[in-house]
Amino acid sequence: MYYDPFVLPFTLGLNILLIYLIIKYARWIRTFSTEDRQTIRRNIFTLKTWKAGKEVFLESLVHHKIFRINPFLGYMHLCFGLGWFLLIVIGKIESLVYHTSIFNPPYFAIFFRYFHPAKETFPGSNVFAFFMDLILLMILSGLLLAWLKRLYSKALGLKRTTRHRPFDLLILTVLWLIFPLRFLAESFTSGLRGGGSFLTHTAGDFFNSFLPIEQLSYPAWWAYSSALGLFFLLLPFSRYMHIPTEIVYIFLKNWEVRQGKHFSGISQFQLYSCSRCGICIDRCQLGSSLGMTDTQPVYFLKKLRHGKEHSILVDNCLMCGRCEAACPVDLRLNALRLTQRQEDIRITKSTYEYIRPAAAKTTAKVAYFAGCMGHLTPGVIRSMQSIFHKAGVDYTFIDEGGSICCGRPMMLSGNHHTAAIIQEKNKASLEASGAELLVTSCPICYKTFKEDYRLDMQVLHHTEYLDILLREGALHPHCSDITTVFHNPCELGRGCQVYTAPEHILQTISHRIATAYEGKDALCCGGSLANLHISPQQRLQLAEDALNAYAAYRPDVLVTACPLCKKTFSQPGSSLPVQDIAELVDGQC
Amino acid sequence: MSVIIIGAGPAGCEAAYQLAQAGEKVELIEQEAQPGGNLNNWYQLFPDRKSAQELNRQLILRLEHPNIRLHLGCMPTKIDRREGRFEVQLNDGALLTGQALLIAGGFQLFNAHRKEEYGYGIYENVITSVELENFFTNQRIQTSTGQLPKRVGFIHCVGSRDEKTCNFHCSKLCCVTAVKQAIELREILPEAEILCFYMDMRMFGPGYEEMYREAQEKYRIKFVRGRLSEASENKAKQVLIKAEDTLIGKPLKMTLDLMVLMVGMELSAGSRQLAEMTGIEKATNGFLRVKDPHFATNETNQKGIFLAGSCSSPMNLTDTLTDARSAALTIREYLKHIDL
Amino acid sequence: MMNFWGFSIAEARVIDYDKNDKSLAEMLAEEMPTTRLCIGCGGCSATCTAGNLTEFNIRKLQMLLKRGETKDLRDQLHKCMLCGKCLLVCPRGVDTRKMILFLFRQLSEQDHNS
Repeated sequence: MYYDPFVLPFTLGLNILLIYLIIKYARWIRTFSTEDRQTIRRNIFTLKTWKAGKEVFLESLVHHKIFRINPFLGYMHLCFGLGWFLLIVIGKIESLVYHTSIFNPPYFAIFFRYFHPAKETFPGSNVFAFFMDLILLMILSGLLLAWLKRLYSKALGLKRTTRHRPFDLLILTVLWLIFPLRFLAESFTSGLRGGGSFLTHTAGDFFNSFLPIEQLSYPAWWAYSSALGLFFLLLPFSRYMHIPTEIVYIFLKNWEVRQGKHFSGISQFQLYSCSRCGICIDRCQLGSSLGMTDTQPVYFLKKLRHGKEHSILVDNCLMCGRCEAACPVDLRLNALRLTQRQEDIRITKSTYEYIRPAAAKTTAKVAYFAGCMGHLTPGVIRSMQSIFHKAGVDYTFIDEGGSICCGRPMMLSGNHHTAAIIQEKNKASLEASGAELLVTSCPICYKTFKEDYRLDMQVLHHTEYLDILLREGALHPHCSDITTVFHNPCELGRGCQVYTAPEHILQTISHRIATAYEGKDALCCGGSLANLHISPQQRLQLAEDALNAYAAYRPDVLVTACPLCKKTFSQPGSSLPVQDIAELVDGQC
Repeated sequence: MSVIIIGAGPAGCEAAYQLAQAGEKVELIEQEAQPGGNLNNWYQLFPDRKSAQELNRQLILRLEHPNIRLHLGCMPTKIDRREGRFEVQLNDGALLTGQALLIAGGFQLFNAHRKEEYGYGIYENVITSVELENFFTNQRIQTSTGQLPKRVGFIHCVGSRDEKTCNFHCSKLCCVTAVKQAIELREILPEAEILCFYMDMRMFGPGYEEMYREAQEKYRIKFVRGRLSEASENKAKQVLIKAEDTLIGKPLKMTLDLMVLMVGMELSAGSRQLAEMTGIEKATNGFLRVKDPHFATNETNQKGIFLAGSCSSPMNLTDTLTDARSAALTIREYLKHIDL
Repeated sequence: MMNFWGFSIAEARVIDYDKNDKSLAEMLAEEMPTTRLCIGCGGCSATCTAGNLTEFNIRKLQMLLKRGETKDLRDQLHKCMLCGKCLLVCPRGVDTRKMILFLFRQLSEQDHNS
């Protein structure tokens, strides 16, 4: 039996942590709806579980997404994540090879160098020692980077680092102590008794030359074990709770448990999965354009988790999804924020009785819906009408005489119940047309038609529809030298994953200039109805900054595909012309 | 002593004449092929219905003064200040020198395309106030389908007092211009219904309020207090407008045969370039800032550079000409001072 | 409403500015200074979908509120669908949509307290 009292802090810490996590997670899972439970049961024995495992490896250990965004930061996280993991796994294997029993206690592998008499070799002991030293070196190099990051955040390409509470600093110190302490404990032991490899052995000899390592060795093991134990005890109350929680979240996510409209068990998992890496900070235009540096998801989730006042943060978000698209943990940041918006509107079933199905039944197969904002950009409507005509499409303009709101702006204010009533009214009106295909010009309408309405007809945004017309040869574009930059509206690109259609259209009818704001990296125009906090002046500032960012590529035209974006961009009176993609297509065909 | 004046609109012409009469040499630069500026586009002037072209002729006639050299179709490409003298390089290669520089670059009209919801350039029967002046000049008022309009609406404050176009200022003249144009239209269309959609009627000048009364009583012009939110077009190419009749408190829909947008005034592109070349400050309304709103209305933050006319704020012709005379006087004082 | 020999006395038709409670308007102005900018052009109510179909008139409601008349606010406000068109047409840059949300929240709070 290998045992020494110094293993107690570690063992205690680990067991308390495991019990705490099991209770916590079980409580959250208990709040899952029956629907969610069914989904999990349906998906648990499928390839999705394998996919989740792969994702855990890639994201929780290798931190592959962070790597892509910032290699320095990625390497730092890889050192801690993968490094620590390998240290545990290879350490365990090493202990197994030596002891040949699977039932050695966890501390045996962790403190192997203490228990293992160095003179005694076993198969591959040198190789194990070499790898264990290599991994420790890797972690220590990551630690050095973390140190540098605290000191010089700009050197790593991060403008700001997340702010810390005193408690965060405490656990950070404990975490940073763990590996140097292991290094010291192993080195001292190696200096005393031999063993170890290129790192600990060399360091052991070195320390031996001037330190009384005989007296230092045993306390170093105590310190190492205590640091580990303390870290495990503090973990549930710190951001490092993300380490175990993220793994569970990745599985739940892959089993298709969705973040719904309300704060639920899955929300809890997400809340605790935020590693506070701070990638969302630099993605947020409220920060870069308006200097608002407290509303980004990392701060919002922190306040929410610690039950701090966060009412302004709840409202102050464009829900453009730029943060979500970059979140390495893939948290549903927009939906999470939306769960905190309250239902304020007291309505009854009769409130919207004034709304009557307006669309008349037609024989046309295609119904065109401009949307309420679309009526403020008649140029878009005119172009769509002209395109339908040119392509010989039999269509009906169902909201020519106006329409009611699609309900998404209401949803974005948190009033889901009210929104549902509006949507019910609108759905009846849309379906009354009897059309098979609904083409809309407004990405806001488009998103909710697609996701919430469950219409009995196909829904396309005009970008997708124009792409189909061009591909089918229904429109005949002529060659053009116009250079274009595309501003993908938040609700269309990140909101509905429409990325390839506009790219293809612009490549067909113009010289499309690629920018740093392609696809998921598109900017927000600032007009977002989801932000319930910022002033019109601040919206203007966002629009001007976004326009300038696009104008830097000197296109002839800035092309967008949303009436709200077009209106927002038209306000500053920039010298860069802004057109809807429909207007451009109409002009080129 | 010589003075360089940039812009030969009414302000530039009047200032040139006054300075020339006082014995100063004047170099008058105009980017267009003829002097007159925005006045060239006008038919009649308020409040006395004077012919705009008659006034223009008078102003241009006075430029045939021996002390005035007119440079038409020219633009300054470089403005330097050397030993207290201004050197202005023109795009035709000429180099002009003078002891003082007067900027009379004037205004430009708001680009109505920017107010997309009003449908200018999209709907056939939406025109601007300038285009209506052209109609008057040609004495032909008709819709795109060639008919006499039965109902015409004037929309005030297009590109003025509008945060959505970043034009926060009041262009001052559009109200009285709308009243004047409505009266002129009535004379051509005795049967038509003519309406003005306003936010506030700003009849600031002498005789303006009287014109407003006359428009109501004698010319049967109707006034609706409400700002247009948007317009659409029907199959007959009529314009359907939406506004609130705010004095009643109900939304109002109306079909117009012709819709006239009273486009506001902005600092002209030329004036803006001059300001950038010379370092003259701009005021919050986007026009050029005068040194003092009471005592130095023609001076700027740059010594020796003066302003005249509507490059410093929206002005009617009366005020523009007065301002030009005031500028001439200020420049003469300045020249006397540097002479000593 | 009381009936006196065939005549009825209706509610006062006068805005009693002295007596009216204007605290909500003051709170609104304090919280959102842009609401002070309204010049009553009616652009918002012209474009408003709910306003074109019902009695709901956002310009009028906020004017009444500023005079301390809140009855209509309670009766009408909830008809708004928060579509935000008013925000896009307002020439003074009044944050109309935020104003409505603020009023919703205030009314909801008042209901909660009473």
